[in-house]
Amino acid sequence: MESLLSVKHVTTAFDTEHGKVTSTSDVSFDVKHGETLAIVGESGSGKSVTALSIMRLLGKNGHIAEGEVRLNGVDLAKLSDADMQKLRGNDVSMIFQEPMTALNPVLTIGYQLVEAIRLHMPLDKKEAKKLAIEMLTKVGIPQAERVIKQFPFALSGGMRQRVMIAMALVCKPKLLIADEPTTALDVTVQAQIIRLLHALCKEYDTAVMLITHDLGVVAEMADRVVVMYAGQVVETTDVYTLFEQPLHPYTVGLLNSIPSMDFDDKELQAIPGTIPSNYNALPGCRFANRCPLATEYCHSNKPELMDTGDGHLTRCFEWRKLQQGGHLQ
Amino acid sequence: MSLFKRYFNKKKYDAAHTVTWSEDMPSKGLFFKRFKKHKLAVIGFFYLAIILLAAIFAPLLAPYNPNEITDAFGEGPSMAHWLGTDDIGRDILSRVLYAARVSLSVGIGAVVISSAIGAVLGLIAGYFGGIIDGIIMRITDIFMSFPYIMFILVVASIVGPGLTNIILILGILGWPGIARLVRGNVLAIKQSDYVKAGMALGYSTPRILFKHILPNTIAPILIYATSGVAGAILDEAALSFLGLGVQPPDASWGNMLSSAQSITILTDQPWLWIPPGIFILLTVLSINYIGDALRDALDPRNVK
Repeated sequence: MESLLSVKHVTTAFDTEHGKVTSTSDVSFDVKHGETLAIVGESGSGKSVTALSIMRLLGKNGHIAEGEVRLNGVDLAKLSDADMQKLRGNDVSMIFQEPMTALNPVLTIGYQLVEAIRLHMPLDKKEAKKLAIEMLTKVGIPQAERVIKQFPFALSGGMRQRVMIAMALVCKPKLLIADEPTTALDVTVQAQIIRLLHALCKEYDTAVMLITHDLGVVAEMADRVVVMYAGQVVETTDVYTLFEQPLHPYTVGLLNSIPSMDFDDKELQAIPGTIPSNYNALPGCRFANRCPLATEYCHSNKPELMDTGDGHLTRCFEWRKLQQGGHLQ
Repeated sequence: MSLFKRYFNKKKYDAAHTVTWSEDMPSKGLFFKRFKKHKLAVIGFFYLAIILLAAIFAPLLAPYNPNEITDAFGEGPSMAHWLGTDDIGRDILSRVLYAARVSLSVGIGAVVISSAIGAVLGLIAGYFGGIIDGIIMRITDIFMSFPYIMFILVVASIVGPGLTNIILILGILGWPGIARLVRGNVLAIKQSDYVKAGMALGYSTPRILFKHILPNTIAPILIYATSGVAGAILDEAALSFLGLGVQPPDASWGNMLSSAQSITILTDQPWLWIPPGIFILLTVLSINYIGDALRDALDPRNVK
């Protein structure tokens, strides 16, 4: 089946005072119709930049330097600003990390929802308001008739994130980009929001590109996973394989650093060190300085994405060791 | 049933049926509460309301036609003429009432024009940045470094005096302050997530500018505009005092004051200049107090 979104060899660069800075390089992945793709990685690994590149919301300094982003076969990187604007909200929507600031504080919830609806659908005010109330009820907001008259500050973070989801999904986009939608919420609400998002996207047959660093969320929601590190995709696989048989030492490190409820005899494993800041200039693998498997060869040669079979891609020379040895301890 | 269970059942019940939301639009109540803390502003507000009504209903309230010449020349206050008459026998009270129309319309008209220009230019400069920002802000700098009253005098003498011209001149020259203010605010607001979210929803740039950013900077504009009204009233008074404002026989507070240029009137006929002077003073004072109160009431960081 033809992919809905196909990101191919995308390199995103920012113009700064110190010249051109490459943020992500050679990022490739596909999102199929109706599937949920999770992008995982620690802070600074280029997850959000990838999302903003797809939306073309990088700001004035940022741009896609190389590669193509195809949505239904149309290269977004080459669209005019006006065409891109038509596409946003219609075909692609986005939910942001901070629900507290993602709604305009001086406009009522109803106004903002009706505005989003009427921009994309030929409805009059009354019908749009009816749809807004319907949508709010659908995302689990009680007394939606009252809530639409209220300003955002009257709602809690979880409620606001529900409103954001309503706004993003009301026009039934084909792709929803959710940039850490639950990071700013407390844990009990996180689970509710994730389940809501999952159920609604299934109902509307909307594909989701879920950006997160929470592997619990990944396990709950994703069909396939892209692991990013230092601006590169380091592993791509389906969600079961990721947890069963990770083939990149960084992924293994991520999995080991999940606190477990079952065994309290094991100390929480953290990946030592941080992302090197000069990762673009490194001659070898970008993870080598933190990698327990790294050899001399890794430090001086750049690994490409390698297919290990069944579409499971990894950017590691030593993946066979992982395959044979099971989990790294 | 254990207490524990009852507690949780009750909670469930509460959540389903009696979730109490905060009042609809609670900001309004808070706004008035904060505004009322400024006693002087409340007094000023009522004073302004009265002046405004008096100006609107001047034809009904004024005992005489403001330009009608009665048989009392330069007489002091009496039962027939409460505030006396001027040198050619016109009733001062009637003239002050009609003059209120001129002063208030200059104040409000000029500020509406300058706010509109300033807000639009400030929005554009702040949002687009770069060369556009540079050009607009340099023009602003140029406007701000003119000797203001001199410049107005020159323009007024070129286009000619008169009420409409005064409003236009003050309006067109008064925008740089607002433009700077709005630009500064926009620079901060355009970084916020809801602007990004608006872009992600596919809103057009004008829609984001005027429907999403502008309402967020309305409060400072309002506060600035209030002091602008006071300033415009004073400017009109100054221009009329110098003879380049509203032309006789039409009355404005400024040109009524101009009669006080002669020393004999200053000392012997205080009823000619004290009433318009007091009205200017009180009106400007009230507006400034209201501006202060607005600033406190509209500032979300101010939690008193």
